[in-house]
Amino acid sequence: MNKLCSMKEAIAASVKHGSSLVIDGFTHLICFAAGHEIIRQGLRDLTAIRLTPDLVYDQLIEAGAVRKLVFSWAGNPGVGSLHALRRRSEASSPERLELEEYSHFGLLSRLLAGSAGLPFWPLSNYQGGDIARVNPSIKTVRCPYTGQELATVPALHPDVAIVHCQRADKEGNAQAWGLLGSQKEAAFAARKVIVVAEEIVSTEVIRADPNRTLVPGIIVSHVVHEPWGCHPSFVQGFHDRDNDFYVKWEDISRQPETYRAWLEEFVHGVKDRQGYLKRLESGLLDKLRAKARVCEGVDYGY
Amino acid sequence: MAIETLVSGPTASERMAYRAAQELRDGDVVFVGIGLPNLACNLARETHAPGLFMIYESGAVGAMPERLPVSIGDPSLVTNSLSVVGQADIFQCLLQRGLIEVGFLGGAQVDRWGNINTTVIGDYANPKVRLPGSGGACEIAVHARRLLIVMRMSRRTFVESCDFITSPGHRVNGKRREELGMPGGGPTRIITDLGVLDFDATGEAVLAEVYPGVTPEQVKQACGWPLRVAETVRKAEEPDASVLCLLREKLDPKRLYL
Repeated sequence: MNKLCSMKEAIAASVKHGSSLVIDGFTHLICFAAGHEIIRQGLRDLTAIRLTPDLVYDQLIEAGAVRKLVFSWAGNPGVGSLHALRRRSEASSPERLELEEYSHFGLLSRLLAGSAGLPFWPLSNYQGGDIARVNPSIKTVRCPYTGQELATVPALHPDVAIVHCQRADKEGNAQAWGLLGSQKEAAFAARKVIVVAEEIVSTEVIRADPNRTLVPGIIVSHVVHEPWGCHPSFVQGFHDRDNDFYVKWEDISRQPETYRAWLEEFVHGVKDRQGYLKRLESGLLDKLRAKARVCEGVDYGY
Repeated sequence: MAIETLVSGPTASERMAYRAAQELRDGDVVFVGIGLPNLACNLARETHAPGLFMIYESGAVGAMPERLPVSIGDPSLVTNSLSVVGQADIFQCLLQRGLIEVGFLGGAQVDRWGNINTTVIGDYANPKVRLPGSGGACEIAVHARRLLIVMRMSRRTFVESCDFITSPGHRVNGKRREELGMPGGGPTRIITDLGVLDFDATGEAVLAEVYPGVTPEQVKQACGWPLRVAETVRKAEEPDASVLCLLREKLDPKRLYL
């Protein structure tokens, strides 16, 4: 079945006011294009889930799309703070964002439980410290075999998972390489999956290298072809991180006025991702394009 | 011209990176953080520990990055790694399975038991400053067999009691980590810009080393709790000119972290 559609169509069909949502990726493969489309469609009251909410989640917060954040590390990776998040979560804030906080392993375990069809997931963690104290969802269980006490976290089933990958076919069989974050767990845990790909390839290309497939098309509802959809994040084999942008973002996002002006220009002020890319300084994409480093490949013969 | 005449003395960051590198042994499996820990690992690999095995929480296992990563998820970590896995494997198969020998952490606050705060300054529900949170720090503190804490020292950061304990050290609310059932060994040292703190048998940090030109009294002044001082305070070893050249010219030429 051909599931190809535009980002606009995929978001309109999948995300509602109040949806819970994960745009996964761990500094790598973060689909900014999806976040921007969500802002453009004026969605509200979302529960935004990700281990590492970074710039695009902060933009969703600044744009007023998010009611609750479920996370384990929130920052501008390697650079600084998320200023919209800080403005909405520190003592002086008039309109407080709801936060549900874990460590990476804890939130990942919630997705693992969701992806495995289990009600909870046990982990050896949180024996000391304050994370479990401030998060009532973290509980304990006694192992029936050893008597050991383990922490538990409940299964998480996001309404929608958005997974960016290097290539997919029209049915949503998605192949990714490089840092994989919790893309697979997020996809299997979610009720609906949107795959966004740098390249749409034929199913033969997928079948020629089946070990590379991270998410199978049977759990995917929409496929979007969106090259450069991750800028300023990176896509292994396609383009590097736009580190200058991450550094500049610290200044842009510190003041609500410059932040809003940026959103006006680069999100509300464009129709789609192509429009965004046209607004970037000329020559930037060429500068970021990856240098080839092709591996030898493997023999699947028998 | 002799190399010494070209090289100015070590900066605080260079001292810390060098001193941290001395804690690493050849063959150690290290869970590497971005910044000074990464630099310390690269330095150890270039000098006494070529077989250092670097693992990043982003998924790179046996990484050998050609450039200093700008974030924990830099693409250069992937290129030339021995293996790249999803984060579930990192936390379950490597960390929880007990395969990590050394972990590195820093933070906004640390107390005398090596508890670390990276979550909030002030009350959790009503924070003065919202910090990034745990990331993988809590589980690294729980599971690493040896934990190295690398932090600049001041009364603001070395506190009587952390506002929030993100990553547990040797003692939390009076309970020892063994009683709490944490598998890892806990903090072994706090490496600072003034000297090095070791932990005694009760799990309390004790000043054990100072850098040349620093007195124990100065270190005590920079500490927010009444810091105990070891009977004999060692002189912390400093990088020599050749190490400084290596750090400045090869390992961090763009001064990302130095």
